[in-house]
Amino acid sequence: MNKEAAKELMLKMADDALIYGHRLSEWTGIGPILEEDIAFSSISQDKVGHAWQLYQLLEVDFGTPNPDQMGFERKENEYKCSRLNEFYTRDYAFALIRHFFMDHAEFIRYSLLRASSYEALAQLAKKVRGEIKYHVLHADTWIKKLGTATEESHSRMQAALNEAFPYALGIFEPGPFEQELIDSGIFIGEEQLRAEWLDEIRPLIEESGLQLPSTTNAEMGGRSGYHSDDLAPLLEEMSEVVRSDPEASW
Amino acid sequence: MTEENIQKIKEIWNALKGVEDPEIPVISIVDLGIITDVTIDEKGFITVEMTPTFTGCPAIEVIKKGIEKKLANLGYENYRVELNYKTTWTSNRISDEGRDKLEKFGLGRPESHEGEPHMEDIANACCPHCGSENTELKSVFGSTLCRSIHICHDCRQSFERFKPV
Repeated sequence: MNKEAAKELMLKMADDALIYGHRLSEWTGIGPILEEDIAFSSISQDKVGHAWQLYQLLEVDFGTPNPDQMGFERKENEYKCSRLNEFYTRDYAFALIRHFFMDHAEFIRYSLLRASSYEALAQLAKKVRGEIKYHVLHADTWIKKLGTATEESHSRMQAALNEAFPYALGIFEPGPFEQELIDSGIFIGEEQLRAEWLDEIRPLIEESGLQLPSTTNAEMGGRSGYHSDDLAPLLEEMSEVVRSDPEASW
Repeated sequence: MTEENIQKIKEIWNALKGVEDPEIPVISIVDLGIITDVTIDEKGFITVEMTPTFTGCPAIEVIKKGIEKKLANLGYENYRVELNYKTTWTSNRISDEGRDKLEKFGLGRPESHEGEPHMEDIANACCPHCGSENTELKSVFGSTLCRSIHICHDCRQSFERFKPV
């Protein structure tokens, strides 16, 4: 197995799950209705669980620092999350659109990883996919509901979609080891993932009365550690308790 | 395997029936289906393998400690609890007895599915209070990761259900 390639793939997946999970958790206590408060909190808990499992596997198989150190103690440019996930949550429409784009991408990614030649990752993927199925279900329900409800809900969803789409394309920013991942059977590669993702979301967007922008410009950078201004404050907040007493035992 | 080890493994499985999931303290981890194997190697070292219900389940560590305590109480010294995903947990792994216990506890039972739950499996729930099937899915996320929220149109109670996964 190409270790560097597998490590790079898992690291960006773990960072996506952690940072996205943190953004989702920001709805805890302030969701628009109680069920949504619970839903976002639960999905967040799943994502942080996925991040933990991936960091754990990275530690065991590749000797990276432990999950807490990986999650809380790295420098901003060492995180490989896509920019879409780090953006502060503008409003509920943006949160739902990000949720829709991101979870469809993750659902397909983990579905494909079930066939990975890296067995431990394939086993984990089976489990994680079953959880993300529920996340996708939730996202689809709300996209349809708010895409077609009132003029205001429709226009806010469309505006959020227009803003988020180039960054959603950035999820599939190619890494330095695409060919190695494909050749070794670890993963099918970002380009193929992006194609399958577009095929899957297009009809759902149409059913929701919304339109995909015609742009194919992807906003990239996150995968190589070039982030927007929104990541640093998030990391600052996320690691505040750890930094207050790094030696504490929990 | 020696007769002695076969007996020991039986004894361990029995003891594990006394370990509960702290989030649903009426069902044992054996009925829940998260214990996937118990083995003893030639040196007498015991390995209990478990697969979590959800990756982010906060009860994993508590359950692990519960298992270790049971093994210690049986007088064993060389053992470990290994968490892995060799076997994927699904709600199909919950025993019939376990499902009855969930229902008694007030949680709707997850019906078995063919490998992957479809929308109907997720939406169609039987009310644990009155047994009615005239129910409606309110939210796929409940008070813990493994529960969804439903409403019964007959007894007009809301209820939580153990999700089919």
